[in-house]
Amino acid sequence: MLQVISLLVENKPGALMRVTGVLTARGYNIESLTVARTLDPSRSRMTIVVDVDPALRSLVIKQMNRLVNVIQVSDVTDTRAVVREMVLIRVRAPLERRTAILKEAEIFGARVIDSSVEGFALEATGDPEKLDEFIGIMQSYGEFEVTRSGRVAMSLEATKLKLSPPVPTRSGTNQSQITNGVLNG
Amino acid sequence: MSNLMSGARMLLECLIREGAECIFGYPGGVTLPLYDAMYENPIRHVLVRHEENAAFAAQGYAMATGKVGVCCATSGPGATNLVTGLVNALMDSTPIVAITGQVATKLIGSDAFQEADTFGITRSCTKHNYLVKNLADLPQIVHEAFYIASTGRPGPVLVDIPKDVFQGQARYSPVSAIHLPGYKVYTEGHTGQIRRAAQMIWDARRPLVYAGGGIIASGASAELQTLVELTETPAVLTLMGLGALPSEHPNFISMPGMHGSYAANMALTHSDLLIALGVRFDDRVTGRLSSFAPHAKVIHVDIDPAEIGKNRVPDLPIVGDARRVLQKLNKFLSEMAPAAAPVNAAARQAWWRQIRQWKEEHPLTPAVSSSEIKPQHVMLEIDRLSGGQAIVCSDVGQHQMWAAQFIRFNQPRLWINSGGLGSMGFGLPAAMGAQFARPDKLVFAIVGDGGFQMSIPELATLASYGLPVKIVVVNNGYLGMVRQWQELFYNNRLCAVELDTFPDAEKLAAAYGIKGRTIDRPEQLAPALREAVEEPGPYLLNVRVSPYENVYPMVPAGSAIDEMVFGPLEPVAVPK
Repeated sequence: MLQVISLLVENKPGALMRVTGVLTARGYNIESLTVARTLDPSRSRMTIVVDVDPALRSLVIKQMNRLVNVIQVSDVTDTRAVVREMVLIRVRAPLERRTAILKEAEIFGARVIDSSVEGFALEATGDPEKLDEFIGIMQSYGEFEVTRSGRVAMSLEATKLKLSPPVPTRSGTNQSQITNGVLNG
Repeated sequence: MSNLMSGARMLLECLIREGAECIFGYPGGVTLPLYDAMYENPIRHVLVRHEENAAFAAQGYAMATGKVGVCCATSGPGATNLVTGLVNALMDSTPIVAITGQVATKLIGSDAFQEADTFGITRSCTKHNYLVKNLADLPQIVHEAFYIASTGRPGPVLVDIPKDVFQGQARYSPVSAIHLPGYKVYTEGHTGQIRRAAQMIWDARRPLVYAGGGIIASGASAELQTLVELTETPAVLTLMGLGALPSEHPNFISMPGMHGSYAANMALTHSDLLIALGVRFDDRVTGRLSSFAPHAKVIHVDIDPAEIGKNRVPDLPIVGDARRVLQKLNKFLSEMAPAAAPVNAAARQAWWRQIRQWKEEHPLTPAVSSSEIKPQHVMLEIDRLSGGQAIVCSDVGQHQMWAAQFIRFNQPRLWINSGGLGSMGFGLPAAMGAQFARPDKLVFAIVGDGGFQMSIPELATLASYGLPVKIVVVNNGYLGMVRQWQELFYNNRLCAVELDTFPDAEKLAAAYGIKGRTIDRPEQLAPALREAVEEPGPYLLNVRVSPYENVYPMVPAGSAIDEMVFGPLEPVAVPK
């Protein structure tokens, strides 16, 4: 089963490589990966979808968490989270199929972003499984091209929202910011 | 005074502020500006003969002192030569900072002369690494590098500096604070968990301390000693933990694992509570993991959360610095002692009796012969000279295991070896680093004839700095450990393990202007070692030992650690 990992990382060169390195070192293939800056430009939010051996999932999370550039990692596979993806589709639409295609697009809440004599460019967002279905249907209309964004995820658990965890600094109050910790504590 | 400063000088200024005393390095094209700045700088540069050995020497220095070791190499081949050393430091959690030169920022990515993607190559070889693109960031990065290398679970950090950054001029202002939002160091340990651990320890009938390199890294030897004495708990120490308790301490059983003692492995197997401190349940210790310590509950104390539950899921995890955790634990233990100690006293006495009996059944006894020099005999004589006080560095292989079995270490930071990565050619350069760090100490480099031949160039370094390292080559004419496995598990089909040529040690040493000799008779051993130790400079002692000696006891790969073999096995045919 695919695992969805959400990370908050420092927006620095090499951060992406370090995170993916934890996976590639084990020979895991990444199914999808999205990265973008957060509101705080010094940080990025990353969502990785990867097929990790269930026995190694928590180890992988911990090893990512150990990376100096990684601020926070959460496994959102089995937690309350929204996972969404975007898909762009170009489909050839001769006159007799145009209405049918538009109907299908409407059912899936897709928008037409370009329309020409040859066909349409469509944009749809949603649950990845829903998009699979949409892509399947569009494929049945013949010549077709697709680009998927990869999943983005957001945890719905309030405790996972904090953006500023305790930060170790060298000077001064060493005691106070040292996290008292059992695992994940 | 103008505080406009070149990048190279700024780097040296930062190194001085970090208390670096010496840099083990090798210059090259892009580090020319750095070496130019060193010309008038108080930091001592030690010119090694190969960059890999610079990294190893920095580790020897770090392991002997607990301070951060510094090594330096140029771009391209210089940096790639560091790689083995970096991984070695990563595996053994040794704090080093590696400085590498890089081609000028404008040339990066153009396949310039001596260009390599050092930042990319070393990403997985380091705890963290940096490529400095702007001179303004340099001081911050250098201090971060030292901070990351030395805190939490120590490790190697690499700073890659392009030539134009070395050459650039900027205003230097000292760095006062480090801000690393993603760097988490858990030192304190959860008080509630520690209290529960204390209760578990008193509740146990057959407790056992299983401690390792984390004790040495955190400087928790005294606390560990208090723990075992307060609770009268026996202890085993891993290869990386030797010296964490004095070898002569009555509670110390010995090293466990593949070549550990029978008593240590039996104690692990029959214990009902493992107090695992700064260890990582390495496969060389646990043998077949599913049969490891099957009756034991596990308290696992480690500073690295990723180690908890990696190999063995603990019943009680405590993430924290071993020293701080042990301080609290000892406090709780002594508070509880009056009421708790008598409860299981009888069971614990029986446990001790059992352990003593195991020790007597199969003691670790060094083989000694009057007709040939047994490698174990070499260790025995070195141990006699050391008295548990000398620094002993080793490579990897049979000699390493014999040294670990038979040489006493009565203090931490005396035993320096390549444990996790198992790098050949580690011992001699590490001994150089240790000798620089501790000029007062007797330093042995115990190496095999294979590993030594990877380190021969460093004889020049020893000679040039007059470092009185005593090299003892345990020379059996084979890559002994590989041969042992071919004998036992590959039907004795010996392939590419015979080292039939070895240089004349006396002539080799003389060629570098140092003393050396070869011995092959047991009665020569003690006098030759004494001569080596009394020699004020370096000494190369080549000891021809019995060629077919193997390391026992042994836990065959894939076996449980109580399934030990005490002497030569019937060879096992390899399935076709």
